[in-house]
Amino acid sequence: MTLRTAKGGRIDRTRAISFTFDGQRCQGFAGDTLASALLANGVHLVNRSFKYHRPRGIVSAGAEEPNALVTVIRDAARHTPNLRATQVELYDGLVAESQHRWPSLKFDVGAVTSLLSPFIPAGFYNKTFMWPRSAWKALYEPPIRKAAGLGIAPKLPDPDRYAQQFVHCDVLVVGAGPAGLAAALEAAAAGARVILCDEQQELGGSLLAERDASVEGQPVATWLESAVKTLGANPRVRLLPRTTAFGYFPHNHIGLCERITDHLASPGSQQPRERMWQVRAREVVLTTGAIERPLIFPGNDRPGVMLAGAGRTYANRYGTKVGERAVIVAGSDAAYAAALDLAAAGVTIVAIADVRTGNDGPAASAARAAGLPISTGNTVLGTTGKLHVSGIRLGRVASDGTVVPSVTHACDVVLMSGGYTPSVHLHSQSRGKLAWDDAFGGFVPAAAAERTRSAGNCRGVSGLAATLGDGAAAGAAAATAAGFAATGRTYAAQTLDADIRGTPGALAQPATPVPPAKAFVDFQNDVTTRDIALAQREGFESIEHIKRYTTTGMATDQGKTSGLNALAMVAASSDRRIPDVGLTTYRMPYTPVTFGSFAGVARGDQFDPVRKTPSHEWAVARGGVFEDVGLWKRTRFFPVGGENMHAAVDRECLAVRNSVGMFDASTLGKIEVVGKDAAEFLNRFYVNNWSSLAPGRARYGILLRDDGFVYDDGVIGRLAADRFHVTTTTGGAARVFGMMEDYLQTEWTDLSVWITSTTEQWAVVAVQGPKARDVLAKLVTGIDLSPAALPHMAIANGEICGVPLMLFRVSFSGELGFEVNVPADYGTMVWEAIHAAGQEFGITPYGTEAMHVLRAEKGYIIVGQDTDGTMTPDDAGVAWAIGKTKPDFIGKRGLTRPALTAPGRKQLVGLETIDPKVVLEEGAQVVDAPNRPIPFPMIGYVTSSYRSAALGRSIAMAAVANGRARMGETIWVAMPGGDIPVKVVSPVFYDPQGARINV
Amino acid sequence: MSDPKRQPPRIESRAWLAPLPAATRFIFRGGAAAAQAASRAFGVELPATACRANVAGARAALWLGPDEQLLIAPEGDATAARAALAAALESIPHSIVDISHRQVAFEVKGPDAEWLLQAGCPLDLDASQFPVGMCTRTVYLKAEITLWRTGADTFRLEIWRSFAEYVVGMLEESALELTA
Amino acid sequence: MLLIECPYCGPRPELEFAYGGQAHIARPADPSKASDQEWLEFLYLRDNTRGLFAERWRHARGCGRFFNAIRDTTTDHFVVTYKAGEARPAPTAGGAR
Repeated sequence: MTLRTAKGGRIDRTRAISFTFDGQRCQGFAGDTLASALLANGVHLVNRSFKYHRPRGIVSAGAEEPNALVTVIRDAARHTPNLRATQVELYDGLVAESQHRWPSLKFDVGAVTSLLSPFIPAGFYNKTFMWPRSAWKALYEPPIRKAAGLGIAPKLPDPDRYAQQFVHCDVLVVGAGPAGLAAALEAAAAGARVILCDEQQELGGSLLAERDASVEGQPVATWLESAVKTLGANPRVRLLPRTTAFGYFPHNHIGLCERITDHLASPGSQQPRERMWQVRAREVVLTTGAIERPLIFPGNDRPGVMLAGAGRTYANRYGTKVGERAVIVAGSDAAYAAALDLAAAGVTIVAIADVRTGNDGPAASAARAAGLPISTGNTVLGTTGKLHVSGIRLGRVASDGTVVPSVTHACDVVLMSGGYTPSVHLHSQSRGKLAWDDAFGGFVPAAAAERTRSAGNCRGVSGLAATLGDGAAAGAAAATAAGFAATGRTYAAQTLDADIRGTPGALAQPATPVPPAKAFVDFQNDVTTRDIALAQREGFESIEHIKRYTTTGMATDQGKTSGLNALAMVAASSDRRIPDVGLTTYRMPYTPVTFGSFAGVARGDQFDPVRKTPSHEWAVARGGVFEDVGLWKRTRFFPVGGENMHAAVDRECLAVRNSVGMFDASTLGKIEVVGKDAAEFLNRFYVNNWSSLAPGRARYGILLRDDGFVYDDGVIGRLAADRFHVTTTTGGAARVFGMMEDYLQTEWTDLSVWITSTTEQWAVVAVQGPKARDVLAKLVTGIDLSPAALPHMAIANGEICGVPLMLFRVSFSGELGFEVNVPADYGTMVWEAIHAAGQEFGITPYGTEAMHVLRAEKGYIIVGQDTDGTMTPDDAGVAWAIGKTKPDFIGKRGLTRPALTAPGRKQLVGLETIDPKVVLEEGAQVVDAPNRPIPFPMIGYVTSSYRSAALGRSIAMAAVANGRARMGETIWVAMPGGDIPVKVVSPVFYDPQGARINV
Repeated sequence: MSDPKRQPPRIESRAWLAPLPAATRFIFRGGAAAAQAASRAFGVELPATACRANVAGARAALWLGPDEQLLIAPEGDATAARAALAAALESIPHSIVDISHRQVAFEVKGPDAEWLLQAGCPLDLDASQFPVGMCTRTVYLKAEITLWRTGADTFRLEIWRSFAEYVVGMLEESALELTA
Repeated sequence: MLLIECPYCGPRPELEFAYGGQAHIARPADPSKASDQEWLEFLYLRDNTRGLFAERWRHARGCGRFFNAIRDTTTDHFVVTYKAGEARPAPTAGGAR
């Protein structure tokens, strides 16, 4: 650590920390960032550039860093690419690697691209590799992706935990620099609930980089410590360091990402790595500061060329000299402050080259008084050095604008300042307007779109006292708007207060050579002044187009350092003012956010709720195979002795046909409809006639939308004159309930009827098959199960195994069937009891797959599988259910629309393959002639297709144009292997007379 | 889950999660007259104020919507409560549906209860905004819950039974760092 | 995530709501009398307003109520929310923040 200052800074020099960078062991101190520790070790070169593979060094000391992207590696699964070294806190054993170089940073094979660079102008990839399209994917893209691109994401699952938290506050303050601290102090003192967040590990912002400033008569560090202590002691204040406000969403909903363990050498396994805070703030104060701009001159990307403020921060905050011999290029007075502080840290200031014509501001005067060598009217013609800057060539700009070379300085660091750009990202994300501030020379927040206000540097206010006061005023205004009494206050502060304004754009260059050497506008995306000029020559005028053509501002840093410079260049060369060029849109995230943070706790088996039925554990214990139906886990089949699915399903189906099976039907949606107008409501809601349904009886109901298309179906039982038990499809439960509420609340407010969801009140066991009655007879009390007393579609109440039973005699299999409804707590017990009682009949549990086969054998439709949202009851073959005499029901008028009554509609029919062993593919298209040249018309599609063990052949249902008129015809199902001939048949394949159900 | 009571979840930290015993639950729906009659029959004033719960003895009535209340009573009260309500409401339009088994209840308790719930509930649970006695349907991450603040640091969660495992799992996951 | 004022429960996060499309489109009292064109318009034709738009929401994971809101589609700010069945309030410029 040869470049440490003798003393000072906020690092802990008693706690040495070792880390490796590209395999090299290095030392830093607690409180260092990776960048400050590398610089202390004399390392500037940290990366190769995106397009040209040029060596690149650390430019900044913060979130705006365009170059120093590194990968931090904990283990095979935990390596995080594209981290800004300026924000990576050092911990003992930290392993970091440079990225985007091969085979090593210092010898980069890809740098040959740099020699080719005259041939890689803006738009090169677009223009050259566009044709032919297929070649892009196969030929051009892979090597380009390999040569360009950023770090590499790990391939293993992320083992870390990520937390999330909803939080509300009266005032959210984003940024804990002087303005933010003052705002938070004010709002907290007024009694507001305050959240103060800052992306850095320490609160304080720019105060952390001050050398000898004072606030309210105290050294700045002392004032800062007491301000943070005051806030921390207030239980209504939440301080969130290491927390980036990355997105501003509507209605003051702000996303914060807190990095909890990334700075720890050995995080606890139960600690989340990051926490996503979803803040809802009554009022927001944005105190996000300003970002220094680089100057644009040839060779401005050479390692060792840095922002002046960064050099100052490294010296003052991190006790790190960024070099021994510095040339300062001043496009802003801020450079003088850096020069003074570096000089104080022991750095030789070789020269201060002001690019402006004259300067007598306080910072310049102080520098002059300190005896630093200052010249004005300069420009920079280039830098020298290979992997590190070794010198700088200056030029003089004459009054007529001509440029002549002047002097060359040897140096090991160049510090530049083009002035500061207010960080208006969040204000702009919130849809707030921006206005050009001519006096400041930047875009600043104008009319807000949310309850938000900006203060301090981010709105063009500068000077320490003014910034503190502006923050206090904003904090007070926010607290007041949130309903608290606050007035704000002024602050006394002493500091150099260098003017942070500058002039954006490129430095003047001589007319020759043409083209000049590369001067970079956007470091991260390797965009040069030439690229911007080329875009304009090629006719791009809108800044949005220039941005996309050149990719300036499109890298992961989103142009934090380059945006205004690019705008200024476009403005200058098109004779427009910057505000007339316009601005590109600021988008979230401010800095990249991990996917883990967005995913939070929603991962693995907790990604979604997993809804389990009463038989779930029982099925798991017996090797049941499950499928997802919405959020439900349903048993698809119960394999026995190594059966595959076909064998299991065949066995399950045959058991139901020949003896008895049991099926967990608990997932069906259930809604209890109660009230004196319940029947009238259902008359209007479903197509059927419900007035004629006697209590104790059930009926198959069909629900349409008002467009006339089938929406849902299910058996509806009348429990009493004023009480119905409605079942819906498993997936339709919530939407049918919502639709009922909609009509009851907004259309038929005259009806005295209410609905309650009972889906989960009841566990339902379907017992189906010729022996179903025999099984239940062993367990059921209080119900006469005889066909006369309990015919098909009858309901009765009694007990089973001593618990209340609501028994439906219904069948979705075509066999004698019952559905046992018991209060859900008893579901598992009753399931097991039925299974035990059925043993003597060989009772066979069956899953959804067998259920599907059984119902398809009977031609029973499944809404959503055999219907697709454009099918009428007639199309689906269930028009018989419609209550023809009813004056109205949902969909009645829709059914008479011309298109719904037109001939040629697709109708549900059965299909039998000529070869009974062939099982069609669901979704396959149906055609009326085989092997026609493509394209040819489709006349329908297969909706359901199965092997039927009972029939010894395959069966299928299909929606076919004019299907019912085609009975007996041969048509074809188009498949890649050739068209398959099928015969159109009735969809009722099994027991067409329905004799088996009425026994 | 098949039987939520079989696996009592526990969070050993500054917040505790415990299953509450089985209960009798009715959804009452109806107008003001029915609510008045139901109040007398049930022995708890059905709240007329939005998002508030009333308690009398071991029974409670929770406002869920302008015409919807959740009535909770001890498990053994089912028959008597049902009969009393039916008798009192016979001539007044209303709906009462037994949903005792539709949902299960948990209690989240302790100094960090609010923090734990805010990991998944988007409402402002600060006592100034969600005082004792407030109840509402809301969400916990991807599940719907009914949340009732029964004490300064005690909340009752009513969860549809098949969502309980998910909510409990998420609460346990979020509580991990509290136990660290 | 929007913050939506339920007329019954007060301001609640959007997560609790379901969107319900344009408001004040009543189902014809006697659909059988509607011409094909009228029925088509009832079913499918909706405004695509730039500015103040009356729309339906349901506090689906709250009190369950449908209600109406006037939202400025250019800013996402709600001007007012009101119960279903109530008349649409007079248009107001801008949206409340």
